[in-house]
Amino acid sequence: MKSLILSTAAKYLLPMLLLFSAYLLLRGHDMPGGGFTGGLVAAAGFSLHGFAFGMSDAKRLLPARPLRLVGAGLLLVLGSGVFAMMKGDPFLTGTWTTLTLPGPGEWKIGTPLLFDLGVFLVVIGATLAVLLGLGRED
Amino acid sequence: MLFALSAVFLMAMAAPWLGRLPSRMAGWVLSLVPLALTFFFLGKLGAVADGRTLTESWPWVPGLGVDLSFYLDGLSLMFTLLITGVGTLIFIYAGRYFHEAPAGRFFLWLSVFTGAMLGLVLAGNLITLFVFWELTSISSYFLIATDHKKESARKAALQALLVTGLGGQAFLAGSLLLGMAGGSLEIADLLTRGEAVRSHGLYLPALLLILAGAFTKSAQVPFHFWLPSAMEAPTPVSAFLHSVTMVKAGVYLLARLSPVLGGTEAWTVTVAAIGCVTMVAGAVMALFQSDMKRLLAYSTVNALGTMVFLLGIGTETAVKAAIVYVLVHSLYKGALFLVAGVVDHETGSRNVTSPRRLFRKMPIIASSAVLAGLSMAGLPPFFGYIGKELIYEGALKAPFAGFLLPTAAVTANLFLFATAALLVLRPFFGGTGETPPFHISPPEFFLGPAILGLSSLAVGIFPGLVDSTLIAGATKSVLAREIPVHLALWHGINTAFLLGILTFGAGVLLYAFRDSLERCLQGATRFAALGPARWYEWSLAVLNGTAVRQTRLLQHGRLNLYVLILFMTIAGLGLYTFFRGEGGWVLPNLLDARISEATVAGLILASAFLSIASPSRLAAVVAMGGVGYGVALIYVQFGAPDVAMTQFAVETVTVILFVLVIHRLPSYVRLSSRTSRMRDGIIALGTGGLMTLLVLAVLETGNESRLSGFFAEQAYPEGHGRNIVNVILVDFRALDTMGEITVLSLAGLGVYGLLKIRKRKEG
Repeated sequence: MKSLILSTAAKYLLPMLLLFSAYLLLRGHDMPGGGFTGGLVAAAGFSLHGFAFGMSDAKRLLPARPLRLVGAGLLLVLGSGVFAMMKGDPFLTGTWTTLTLPGPGEWKIGTPLLFDLGVFLVVIGATLAVLLGLGRED
Repeated sequence: MLFALSAVFLMAMAAPWLGRLPSRMAGWVLSLVPLALTFFFLGKLGAVADGRTLTESWPWVPGLGVDLSFYLDGLSLMFTLLITGVGTLIFIYAGRYFHEAPAGRFFLWLSVFTGAMLGLVLAGNLITLFVFWELTSISSYFLIATDHKKESARKAALQALLVTGLGGQAFLAGSLLLGMAGGSLEIADLLTRGEAVRSHGLYLPALLLILAGAFTKSAQVPFHFWLPSAMEAPTPVSAFLHSVTMVKAGVYLLARLSPVLGGTEAWTVTVAAIGCVTMVAGAVMALFQSDMKRLLAYSTVNALGTMVFLLGIGTETAVKAAIVYVLVHSLYKGALFLVAGVVDHETGSRNVTSPRRLFRKMPIIASSAVLAGLSMAGLPPFFGYIGKELIYEGALKAPFAGFLLPTAAVTANLFLFATAALLVLRPFFGGTGETPPFHISPPEFFLGPAILGLSSLAVGIFPGLVDSTLIAGATKSVLAREIPVHLALWHGINTAFLLGILTFGAGVLLYAFRDSLERCLQGATRFAALGPARWYEWSLAVLNGTAVRQTRLLQHGRLNLYVLILFMTIAGLGLYTFFRGEGGWVLPNLLDARISEATVAGLILASAFLSIASPSRLAAVVAMGGVGYGVALIYVQFGAPDVAMTQFAVETVTVILFVLVIHRLPSYVRLSSRTSRMRDGIIALGTGGLMTLLVLAVLETGNESRLSGFFAEQAYPEGHGRNIVNVILVDFRALDTMGEITVLSLAGLGVYGLLKIRKRKEG
C-alpha cells in the first residue's frame, strides 16, 4: 500500500532524522543523546523510509549491508579499547585530546567517542538487520 | 613479543585478501611473516642461552591479577622457534597444496593458529596462557573442518574441540586453584614458590585439573582418540597442529609447570604412568594402521606419551631426554607428514600396506622420507638415535618401578622401528611391479620435507648445533637449575646401547612378521569397539538426548507459557522474600501529585487498559507503546532526559518491529477462555503488585547511593563529559556496554539467520 502523505513526509523526514541522529551521537558526551539513542533514531528513520518506499529501497540507501555495519561497529569498539593498551593503559581506558579547529574552535576528541560511534553502528546494523529482514517480502 | 604476536594476527586479518591471489603466491607471501619471526627469535637466542629471561607485561585486569604478560626463557624459545620455523615451511607448502581452491579462509585460520600457539608458549600469566590455549583449540576446530562439506570432517573437528575444550575448562579451574595456592597467576612468581604450592591444601585438586587439561590437549590415553580422527584435516594442518605444535601444548604446560607442581609422588605416579601407557599403546596401534596419516597420528600419540612419561620421571636425564625428543619428533614427524601429503596429493592414495615403487616417481620426496624415517627408527647417525638413547637412559635411571620402565620404553621403540620401516619401505620401495613415471615435485612440496629431513641428519651428526643453546636452555627452565648438556652419538658400550641393539634386532623381526601378526590380531579389533572413542560417542549421545528433552520441556516455543513461567517465578519468589524480610514500605500521599503527573499516570493506565481490552493485535501493541511513552514522560518530568530519549526510541522501534511481525499473523481467531484469562490476570496482578511494592520499599530506604554521587563527581574530571549517563556507558562501564552490544549483534545475527532460513524454505 502506497500512501502519498507518508512517502512525501518520509522523503523529508529521513535526512532530518539522520542529521538528528548524528547530532545526538556527537553531543552525547555532554548533553542528552549518545550512540544508542542516535542509532535507534537512525534505524527508525530508515524503517520509515522502508514503510513508504519498500524495505528493499531502504536497504539500497544504506552505505553497507546491516551486518557489515554491526561488524564495523564491533571493530571500532574493540579498536577504541585496544588503543589504550598500545599506550600501556588497561583495555578501554579513555584517551582524550583537544583539537583546535578553525570552525568550532576547541574540540575535544577521544576514544570514548570512537566507542560511541561503534555502539551507534551496531545499534543501526542490528536493528535494521531484523527490521529489513522482517519487512522484506512484501 | 607483543609486537611479534600482533604481526601474526595482522597477517591473519590480511589473509582473506591475500587468499584471492593464486594460493601458491599467497603461501609464499604469508610465509614471510613466520620467517621474519624466526630470525627475530633467533636473535634472542644469545641472551636466553646466557640464562636471561625476557619479560614484558601490560596490565589487563589488574584487579584480578590478570596481566597480558610474556615470559621468554629457554623452554619458550625452543617452542617458539619450532612454531615459526616449521610454520614458515607449512605456509609455503600449503600454498601449493591448495592450488586449486581459493584458500583465504584456510590461511586466515592457519595464521590465527600460529599467533595463538606463539601466545601460548610466550604467555607469562596463567590466564593469558588459557586464552591462547582455547584459541588454539578453536582454530584447530576450523582447520580440521576445512573441508566442511564432508560430514566426517565436521564430526572429527567437533570431537577434537569437545575433548580439548573440556580439558581447557579443567585447565582454567586448575590454574585458578593454582593461583590461589601460589598467591599469583604470574608464572614467574609461581616458579619461585614451588615449595609453598606443593604443601598447600589445594595442590592436589589443582594438579589433577591441570593434568586433565594437558592430557586432553596432548592426546594421552584415554583421550588419545581425537588425534587420529583429526587426520580428516588437510595434511599441512596435520603436520603443523597435530604433530609439531598444538598437541605439544600439553607437554609444554607440563614442562613449564614442572618446577611448581612436579617432584611429588602424585605427579610422578600420574604423569609417568599415563605417559608410559600412551607411549606403548600409541606405538602398538601405529604399526597396524594402513592409512599413512592415521599411522603417523598414532605414532604421534606414542611420541607425546614418551615426552609425558619422561617429564613424569623428572630426573635430570629424563628431562633432558624429553626436551631432546620434542625436537627429534618435530623434525622427523613434520617431514613425514608433509611427505604423506605429497603422496596423497600426487597419487590419490595414502595406503601404506600395498607396495608401490614411488621412489622412481618422486625421488626427492622419497629421500626426505628415508632421512626422516631413519630418525624415527632411531638409527645412527640421526638425531632420533640420540633421542632414543636418552629415553633409555632416562628410563633406566628412573628411581622407581625397576625394570618395568625400560621394558616399556624398549617395547614402544621396537614397534616404532617397525612402523618406520613399514612407512618408508612399502610405499617407496615395495614390490617389483610397474614403475610409475618419473616426476619432479614442485619446490613448495619438497622444500619442507627436505629441510626437516636433512636437519634430522645434521643435528644428529653435529649435536653441538643445539645442545648448549636450545636444549640446555630449555632443560634449565624445566629443572629450574642448570645442568651441562652434551649430546653425542657415541657413549661407549653401556646398557642403553645394548638396549638399542636389542630394539634394532627385534624391530626387524617385528617388521618381517607384521602382516601375519595383523591377521592374528584381527579378532582383537572387536575390543577396540569398546575403547574410549565409543565412550565419547556414548556420552555425546546422552548429552544430546538430555538437551533435547530439557529443551522440549522448557523451550517449547509457546511464548505465552514462557512469560507465564517467568512472571510466576518472579512474583512467587519476590513476594515471598518481601513478606519474610524486615524492610517496610511507605505509601506516598497520592494527593501530592501535580496535575501533569496525574495526567501521565492516567495516560499510562488508559493505555494499559486498552491493550488488554482491544480485540485487535495491532491496537494492543500500539497501546503498549503508549504505556512506554507514558513512562518516558515520567522520566522527562523527573529530569532524566537521556533515559527518556532512549525509552522513546526503543518504544518506537519495538512497535515498528511488532507491526512488521503482526502484519503476517492472522487476526485473533479464538480469544482465550475465561478461566485462562482469570489465571493470567492473577499472575499479572501479582507481578505488578510486587513491582509496586518494591518501588514503595525503595522510597522508604531513601535514595542515597554513593555510586550516583561518585559518578556525578567524577564524570567530568575523569570521563571528560558532562552527561553522566553517557560517560557511564562509554567510559566507566564501557566493558559492560561492549558486552551488551555484542549480545545485540548476536541477536541481530540470529534473527537474520532465521529469516534467511525461512526464506530459503519458502522458495
